[in-house]
Amino acid sequence: MAANKKEPKGVRLDHISKIYQDPKTGKDFYAVHDVSLDIVPGSFVTLLGPSGCGKTTTLRMIAGFESPDEGEIYLGGEPINALTPNKRDTAMVFQSYALFPHYNVFDNVAYGLKLRKVPKEEIQERVTNILKLVELSGMEQRMTNQLSGGQQQRVALARALVVEPGVLLFDEPLSNLDAKLRVQMRTEIRRIQQALGITAIYVTHDQSEAMAISDQVILMKGGVIAQMGTPMEIYYRPNSEFVADFIGECNFLKGKVGESSNGLTEIELPAGKVCVKTEDHHAAGADGEIVLRPEAIQIGDEGMLPCRVELSCFMGSYQNYHVRVGDTLVKITDNCPVNKKIYNVGDQAFISFDPNCAHLLDT
Amino acid sequence: MARSQSASLDRKKLFGDPVLIITIIALTVFLALFILYPLVMLLMDSVLVRQTQLYSVEPLVNGEEIVYVTEKGDPLTDNRSPAYVKLISPSEGVGEKTVPLYSSTGLFAGRATLNDISAGKTVYLKTVNNRDKAVFIALDQLTTVQQTPQTFRANGRVIKNMEGIELSDLCIQLHQDNWTVDAFPRIFKDYTFNRALTNTLILGALTGFGSLLIGLLFAYVDVYVHIRSKMTKKLFDVVSLLPVVSPPFVLSLSMMLLFGRSGLITRKLLGIYDSDIYGLWGIVIVQTLTFFPVVYLMLKGLLKNIDPSMEEASRDMGASRWKVFTTVTLPLLLPGLGNAFLVTFIESVADFANPMIIGGSYDTLATTIYLRITGGTYDINGASAMAVVLLALTLILFLIQKYILEKKTAATLTGKASRGRMLIEDKSVRYPLSVLCVTVSVFVILMYIAVPFGALFKLWGRDYSLSFKWFEQMFREGGWKAFKDSFILSAISAPVTALLSMIISYLVVKRKFKMKGFIEFVSMLAMAVPGTVLGVGFIRGFAGGVFRTGFLQGIYGTGLILVIVFVVRSLPVGTRSGISALRQIDKSIEESAYDMGAGSGKVFMTVTLPLIKDSFFSGLVTTFVRSITAISAVILLVTPRFLLITCRINEYAEKGEFGVACAYATILIMITYAAILIMNTVLKYFGTSKKMKSEV
Repeated sequence: MAANKKEPKGVRLDHISKIYQDPKTGKDFYAVHDVSLDIVPGSFVTLLGPSGCGKTTTLRMIAGFESPDEGEIYLGGEPINALTPNKRDTAMVFQSYALFPHYNVFDNVAYGLKLRKVPKEEIQERVTNILKLVELSGMEQRMTNQLSGGQQQRVALARALVVEPGVLLFDEPLSNLDAKLRVQMRTEIRRIQQALGITAIYVTHDQSEAMAISDQVILMKGGVIAQMGTPMEIYYRPNSEFVADFIGECNFLKGKVGESSNGLTEIELPAGKVCVKTEDHHAAGADGEIVLRPEAIQIGDEGMLPCRVELSCFMGSYQNYHVRVGDTLVKITDNCPVNKKIYNVGDQAFISFDPNCAHLLDT
Repeated sequence: MARSQSASLDRKKLFGDPVLIITIIALTVFLALFILYPLVMLLMDSVLVRQTQLYSVEPLVNGEEIVYVTEKGDPLTDNRSPAYVKLISPSEGVGEKTVPLYSSTGLFAGRATLNDISAGKTVYLKTVNNRDKAVFIALDQLTTVQQTPQTFRANGRVIKNMEGIELSDLCIQLHQDNWTVDAFPRIFKDYTFNRALTNTLILGALTGFGSLLIGLLFAYVDVYVHIRSKMTKKLFDVVSLLPVVSPPFVLSLSMMLLFGRSGLITRKLLGIYDSDIYGLWGIVIVQTLTFFPVVYLMLKGLLKNIDPSMEEASRDMGASRWKVFTTVTLPLLLPGLGNAFLVTFIESVADFANPMIIGGSYDTLATTIYLRITGGTYDINGASAMAVVLLALTLILFLIQKYILEKKTAATLTGKASRGRMLIEDKSVRYPLSVLCVTVSVFVILMYIAVPFGALFKLWGRDYSLSFKWFEQMFREGGWKAFKDSFILSAISAPVTALLSMIISYLVVKRKFKMKGFIEFVSMLAMAVPGTVLGVGFIRGFAGGVFRTGFLQGIYGTGLILVIVFVVRSLPVGTRSGISALRQIDKSIEESAYDMGAGSGKVFMTVTLPLIKDSFFSGLVTTFVRSITAISAVILLVTPRFLLITCRINEYAEKGEFGVACAYATILIMITYAAILIMNTVLKYFGTSKKMKSEV
C-alpha cells in the first residue's frame, strides 16, 4: 500500500461568495453566498444539497476552476485564490470520471506523476501500488473504454490518489453507477480515504451516501449553508424543516411549547400532550413543531396519541403506515412486521415515541 | 453585488498561464491584422478619395533667396483640410516626407524642416512638369516665414531633367485626401458595375435553385428510395467527392471541351458549329454541377433526421406519396432548404474562376473587381467600393444563413429518427428518380474525364490522336516551377492552418476569456469574405505597409503573404470541424488534466490534440487541397517570383491554349486526389475514432 508521505491539508473558506448571471433575465444572483468552512486535515466532509444549491460551485472554487467573488480560500493555511487549478495541491474525481480515452489505465494514472517529473521507476512503483489499492491490478494495459463503470470509477480515483494531493475532491463521483455498485463504491472510497488519512471533500445530492461516508455533512440550500454537523446531528437534530425533510423522511407535529424540566419539554398538540428531549431552551407558550422520523414511531393499541390508519402497505422489511393524528398526516415505518399486529385502513390506533428520538423546532 | 473579484482573479489566473496568454494575444493580432484589417482598409479606401492636382510653381526672388510659391488652381482645399506636398530625396531613396500645405488667401503654404527627412542631406521637392514627368527640385534649406505657415519657402535649385525645361514648365503635384462616400453613388451610376451586380444576383439565384433541385433529388433518392445496385450508391459517393478534390474551374474547362465551339459533343456528335456556352448559362451549369454536392450532403443529413412516423401518419390518413412530400417532408425541410440555398448563393457570388473562364462578356462582381485592378483603368476607389458592396452582400447573406436559418433548421430537425425508414419500392417512383440521378452523375463524371483527355489529344476538335505534347509544353514553360511553388506554399500553409484552427477551436469551446467572442467571430467571418475581396483588401492593406506606414511592407509580394492568404482562406473550415469535434468531448477531461497539474499548453498537447487528431489531420489535408486549388485571392497577389498552378491554368485558358491548361489541371487533380487518398488511408488505420470503436 502506498504510504502517504505527505501530510493531509486543511481547507478553510472565509466568507466565500460567487455571483452568476441569470442567462434569461441577465440579472446577477448569488450562486454561493457567504460560505465559511473550516475543514480539519484528514477528515471526510460532504457538501450535500439539492441541485442548484451551490455545492458543486463551491467545490470547483476550491479546485480553482471558478473564482470566488468575495472571500478567500485557504489550503493548508495558504491563500490560493489567485492560483490556477494546475498549481493547487488538489486532485479531483469527476462525475463523468474524465478519463483520457487515448491512454490506457496505466498512462491515465501515471499522467499526474509524469507532469511532476517523477522518475520512471518510481512512477511504475506508485502506479502499481495505487492500482492494487483500488483493486485494479493486472488491468494496466486496458484502454478505458474496455472497463466497466465501476472500474472506470476506480481508475479515476487512483489517478487522483497517486499524486498524493493535500485535498481530494469528489464531484458526485457515484451518480453514474447503478444502485448496488454505488453502495459498494462508497464503502470503498471511505476505506481508502481512512487508510491514507487524506482530506476529502465530497459533493453529492444523495443524503444516504452523505451520511454513510462522512465525518461532517454540510447541507446547503440556495447558496448558503443550512446546517453542518456530524451525520447523526444532522439527522436527529436538524435546525430547520428543510434540513429535516432533506435528510430522510420526516413528520412534523405542530403545537405549543409548554413547561420544561430535566431536559424534557412538554408540547401541547391538538391531539394531546407529549414530551420531547431538548438540549437548548425553548420559551414556554411559543409555537413549535416536533420532528419525528418514521422509524422512531411505534403504532399500537395504546400509546401517546390516538390516530386513524389511512394507508397500510407491506414493503418487505417493514410495514408502511400513513395515519392521521388530529389533522396531521404521519408516516410510520414499522420494522419487521411479521410478528406484529397489522392495522388496516380505517382502524383506530395509537402512536408513541421515545422522547430521545424526537426533536423540537421553534417555528 | 460586484463580480469584480472573480474577474480580477480570473485575469490573474490567465496571466499565471503565459502559454495561454501569449497564444491568445498572438491569435488576436493575427486575426486582426490579416482578416479584419484588410477589410477595414478596403472600407477606408472606398470612402477616402485622394485627389491630385497640378499647380504651377512661381519663383519669387526675395533678396538672394528663391521662394517657390504655388498658386491656387481651383478651390480644391479650404483652411481645414490640408493639401499635401511630398518631399523626397531620390538619391538616397529612403527619406520621404509628406508636408501638409494649408491654403489661405489663394496661396498654399506649409512648413518643413530639413531634419524631417534626414538632417544634412539634400532634400528635393517633387514636382511634375506639364509633360507629366517628375522633376526634382533640390531644396537646400526649408524655412518658414514667421509663426503662421503663410508661405512655403525654400532656397532651391532645380537639378534634374533641367535641360530644355523652363521653370515655368514646372508645377507642384499636390494631393489631398477627402473623406467622401462619392465612390458609392459613382459606382451605382456606373453601367459596368450595375450590370455586374445584376449579373451576380441573377447568377447566384439561378445557381442556388439549380443546386437545390439536383441536391434535393440526390438526397431524396439516397435517403428515401430503395436502390438495388451498389454501383449507384458508389456513383453518389464519387460525385459528391469530385468537386472537393478538383480545382474550382475544372468543370469550366471541360464544359468548353465538350460543348464549346469545337466541342466534342456539340460539334462532333450533334454537328452544331455555332454553339455558344460562354455567358450566363455556361456559368450556371458549371456552378450548379460544382456546388450541388454540398447541398446533397447537407440535405441528406437533414432528411435522415426526419422521423418516418410523421410521414407514415400522413400516408395512413390517405395522402399520396406526392402529397406526403409536399405537405410533410417539404415543410419540415424548408429552413434547411433555405439554408442550403443561401450557402450555394454565397459560393456562387464569391466564385471567381468559373465566370472568369467561361463567363465571356458576362461579368460578375468578382471578375469586374479583378479587371478594375489589373486592367487599364486602374480605379482603386471604384474597385474598393465594389469590393465593399460584394462583401456587404455576402456578409448579410452569411449572417442570415448562420444566425437565422441554421438555428431554425436545428429547431425543426433535431435528434435522430426513432427508427429506420421504409424505403420506397414503387417502380413508378424508383425508376424515374434513379435514372435522373444516374444521368446527372454520369454527366458529371464525363465532364471530369474530359480534362485528362483534353491534355492527351493532339488538337481538340481537329486531331484526336494521343500525344504528350501539351505536357511537354507545360514543363517547357515553367511547369516544374509552378508545381514546386504551389506544392511548397500549400504544404507550408496546411500544418499552420490545421494547428491554428485546432487552437482556435480549443479556446472557443473550452476556455473563457475576454477576446473569445472576437476570435470566434473573426475566424468565422473569413468564411463570408469572397476571395476576390480578400485579395483586394490585402493589396490595399499591405502594398504600402500597415496603414501605409511601411510596416510589414516587406511581406507584400513574397511567398509569406500567399501562405497567409491560404491560411486565412482555410481557417474557417478547419475551425468549424475542430469546434464540432471538441463539442463532443466532455469538458471535464481537460479539466482533470488541468487539475492534475498540466498547464494550458500541456493540456492542449497531451489531451486535446490527441483527442481531435482526426479533425486535425483532415484539416491538414483539406487546407492543402483548398490552397493548391485556390485562385480568387491569390491571383491578385501573386508576383512573377512565384508561379501557381491555378493561375497558370487561368492564363492558358484565357489564351485559348486548352491543351496546356488541361495538362496542368490533370496533374493538379492527381495531386489532390492522392492527398485525399492518403488522408482516408491514414484515418482508417490510425484514426482515434476507428481505434476506439474496434476495441469496444
